[in-house]
Amino acid sequence: MSKRHLLALFNDFDEAVAAIAELRGSNIKGFDIDDMILKSPIEHPEVEEVLGDKPVNVQWFTLVGACMGGLLAFFLVASAQANFFSQIKGGKPIVPLPPDFVLTYEMFILGGVFITILGFLICAGLPAKRSPLYSAKVSEDQIGILVKGDESALVAFKTIFVKHKALEIQEEARK
Amino acid sequence: MGKDIREDIAWAQINKDVLKSLESPRRMYWVILFIAIAMIGVAVGSEVYQYQTGMGVSNKNNSHVWGLYIATFIFWIGMSHSGTLLSAILHLMHADWRKPIYRFAEAMTTFSLMTAGLFVLVHLGRLWMVYYVMPYPNERWVWPNFQSPLVWDMFAIATYLSSSVLFLYVGMIPDLAICRDNIHAGWRKKLYTVMSLGWEGTDRQWRNFRITYLTIACFLIPLAVSVHSIVASDFAMSNMPGWHVTSFPPYFVAGALYSGCAAIITLFIILRYVFKFEEYMTLPIMKKLVRLTFAIAMVWTYLNLIEFASVWYGHDQTAKDQLIFKATGPYAPFFWAMIFFGSILPLMLAFKRFQTHLPILFIVSILLNVGMWLERWMIIAPSFAHGHYPWTWDHDQWPSLVQWGIVFGSFGWFTLLFMVFCKVFPSVSMYEVKEMVYHRSLALKHKPAVKGDY
Repeated sequence: MSKRHLLALFNDFDEAVAAIAELRGSNIKGFDIDDMILKSPIEHPEVEEVLGDKPVNVQWFTLVGACMGGLLAFFLVASAQANFFSQIKGGKPIVPLPPDFVLTYEMFILGGVFITILGFLICAGLPAKRSPLYSAKVSEDQIGILVKGDESALVAFKTIFVKHKALEIQEEARK
Repeated sequence: MGKDIREDIAWAQINKDVLKSLESPRRMYWVILFIAIAMIGVAVGSEVYQYQTGMGVSNKNNSHVWGLYIATFIFWIGMSHSGTLLSAILHLMHADWRKPIYRFAEAMTTFSLMTAGLFVLVHLGRLWMVYYVMPYPNERWVWPNFQSPLVWDMFAIATYLSSSVLFLYVGMIPDLAICRDNIHAGWRKKLYTVMSLGWEGTDRQWRNFRITYLTIACFLIPLAVSVHSIVASDFAMSNMPGWHVTSFPPYFVAGALYSGCAAIITLFIILRYVFKFEEYMTLPIMKKLVRLTFAIAMVWTYLNLIEFASVWYGHDQTAKDQLIFKATGPYAPFFWAMIFFGSILPLMLAFKRFQTHLPILFIVSILLNVGMWLERWMIIAPSFAHGHYPWTWDHDQWPSLVQWGIVFGSFGWFTLLFMVFCKVFPSVSMYEVKEMVYHRSLALKHKPAVKGDY
C-alpha cells in the first residue's frame, strides 16, 4: 500500500509532545513511530523523552579526524626533517619532538574540526532536498510533526492532531 | 539589574526584527561603509606608491624594518580572540546572555584574522614572494624550518581561520534557513537556499547540530590559546632584549581577550544603533560585557606587572635597560599612554554609572584598543631601537607615511568586511535568541509566585 505524508503544525511545544506521546501509544496500523519527524524553530533536547533515545555519531568522526590530522602532520613534518642529507643537523636531533608537537597539535585540531563538519553533514542528512511537506512557519514559531503512514492511517493521525489543537494539517497530494 | 531580554517577545517578531536589518539599516550604515572604503583607498594608494617608488619609502632600510606591520598583525590576531571567548567559552559555561551578541563577535574573529593575514603579505614588501610562507620544499628538497615559530604561525593561523569560518557558518545554518523561508526572490534567496543546505529543523538535524557545535567549541578554545601563544613565541623564542620573556604567551592571550572585548563593546554600540537592535543588544547584556572586559583588563594589568617585575629582578642587564629605555626614552609617551589606556582607564568600568552609558563606553572602548595597539607597538619598536649592540641603536626612527597609510587602511578593510557581513547575514542569532526567550519564560512560569512557596 502506498504511504502518504501528513504535517501538523502546533503553536505550543507541550501540545506537540502530547500528540507524539499519543501517536506512540496508539498502535496505528501502517505507521512506524521511527518514521515520525519533529520540526521545530529551536532545539528541544526534552523531545528525546518522547521520541526515544536516538544515537548521535558525530563524535566518532571527530575522533578519527583529530587522530588522522595529528598523525598526518607529525609524519609530514618528521619525514621532511628526516631528509637530513639536504639539511645538515649538526648533532641536533633529526626529528625534534617538542617543536613537532606544536604542529601535530594544530593539525590534530584542524583534522578534528574538518571531519566533525563532515560527520555532521552525513549524520544530519545534509545537504537535503525539501521533504514532501514543509511550512515556513516551522522556522518561525510553530512546531511541526511530519508523519508517514498508510492511506488508512491518515484519519487516525488527523483525529489525534485535532485533539491536540493542531493549527493546521497539511496532507501530501495523492500520487 | 534589568532583564537581558524580554521574555514576551514573539518569536515571529524576532525573525522580523533581524530580517529587517538585512534590508533597511539607518543612514549611518552607508556613512560607515563610505569611510571604510575611503580608508582602504589610502592603503591601496600607499601600497601602489611603494611599488612605484621602491621599498625605501616604507622605511625598510633601517633596523625597524617591518615593526609597525607586525605590531598591527598581532593587534588583529588578538582582536579575533573574543569571538571565541563569547561563542565557545561562554557557550560551554551556559552563559545565555551571550546569545544575542555572539554572532557578530564570531564574524569579528573571522574578519580580524583575515585582516591579520593581510599583514603577513604586506610585511614581506614583495607580495609576489608570498609563497615562501607555505610549507613546501625548494628545488633542493630543503623544507622550511619546522622548529621556527614563524612556520608554526602559518599552521596556527590557517587552522584558526578555517575553523572559525566553519564555526561561524555551522552556527548560522538554522538562521540561513529562516532567511531562505522569508526572502522570496533575488540573489539573496538563491544564496540562502544554497547555504542553508536544506535545513528544516528536524529533530535529527538539531540533535547532530548540538553535538557538532559543542565539539567545535571545545576545539576552538585550546586553538585560540595556542594561536596567540605561538604568536608570542615569535618573540619570546628570540633573544632580543624585551622579547625574551617566559610570561609572553599568557600575557599575549590576556591582551588578545582584552582588545577583543573592547572591540565587541564598540561594535555592539554601532550595530545596536545602525540596525535598531535595542531589543536584543540590551543594556543589561552590555553591563555583563563591560564587567567581563574590566576583569580581563585587571588580568592584563597583573601580567604586565609580572613581566616588569621578572625583568627587573631577573638580573639580565640588557632586558632591564630595555625596560628603562621604554619608560624614559623617546618611546616613553607611548609607553605611559599604553599604561594609562590599558590599566588606568578601565578602572572607570568598575563604576555602575559608566557600565551602561553608551556614548562614554563607545569612546572608552576605542581608547582601550588604542592602548592595546600601543602595547603591541611597545613590544616591538623599542627592542628594534635599542637592541644588544649599540651600533644598531636607532632612537629617532619613526614609521613612514606609507606604513601608517597601510595600517590605517587595515581598519577600513576590517570595517568594510564586517559591515557587509552584517548586511548580508543575520548578525543576531535568531534561533538562539528564541531559545533564550523560551527558556527564560519557562523559568518564569515555574518560579513560585510568592517567597516561601517551596
